[in-house]
Amino acid sequence: MWAWILHRVTGVGVMIFIVIHILDTWLIGFGPEVYDTVMNIYRHPIFRLGEVALVGALLFHALNGLRVILIDFWPEAGLFQKQRQLFQVVVVLFFILYVPVAGYMIWDIIY
Amino acid sequence: MARSSYSRQRPMGGGFELFAWYFMRISGLLLVLMALGHIVIMHIINSVEVINYAFVARRWAVPFWRVYDWILLALGVLHGSNGIRVVIDDYVHHRGWRAFCTSALYVLAFVLLVMGTEVLLTFTPGV
Ligand code: HEM
Repeated sequence: MWAWILHRVTGVGVMIFIVIHILDTWLIGFGPEVYDTVMNIYRHPIFRLGEVALVGALLFHALNGLRVILIDFWPEAGLFQKQRQLFQVVVVLFFILYVPVAGYMIWDIIY
Repeated sequence: MARSSYSRQRPMGGGFELFAWYFMRISGLLLVLMALGHIVIMHIINSVEVINYAFVARRWAVPFWRVYDWILLALGVLHGSNGIRVVIDDYVHHRGWRAFCTSALYVLAFVLLVMGTEVLLTFTPGV
């Protein structure tokens, strides 16, 4: 249940970001002044923290998405007990990967 | 509607819904490599500190990156909007509103694909 809620929330969140991100990239067609102005806004620490959150959302969605695909195509993984264990693997992998990445990104904001 | 299951069940009826179900899984597998690859290159190794007009111009001078970005654009928009379609089906029950939301979503997805494709095809530095 939690996995499903988080998968949905992160999926919608990443989609919202992608809409904005395609619009800002599209602006590059208007030349350096316009595009570099927008990139300057993104350098604000608030946006950079949002970026850290975005990376976390996508990482969780990707790892849990892999779990969903595994369960869908490999019946043995579908046993309730196995599903739970796989979710624990997702959570552990998420922290192993995300803690250093988020740490590095925040370090990069501060220094 | 909230599901106790881990994911959407494989649709039995065949047709578009079954196709969409498979598409979510296949595009998901490709997105693991391409979206996470994009994140590592653009948001971790590089960052908005160094990304500006000149950076993108240098990157898109290499056709490989234009192709990469276009595939990522197409997969991301289609996977994401199909996901939103399922979410709308789950929460918007009134027929009229559902038709409205889904149509708006299709227009948005189409516009995003056109804008992204346009900039990837026509971008020429210095113009
Ligand atoms: C990085 C690799 C990704 C993987 C492995 C992945 C995997 C999946 C899978 C398997 C589903 C279907 C779940 C179900 O049928 O219950 C799904 C749903 C979804 N995905 Fe992704 N996805 C990825 C990236 C993305 C991206 C980049 C976006 C945003 C554009 C996104 C947005 C969504 C949305 C909105 C849903 C619907 C959620 C729901 O129905 O609860 N995903 N994803």
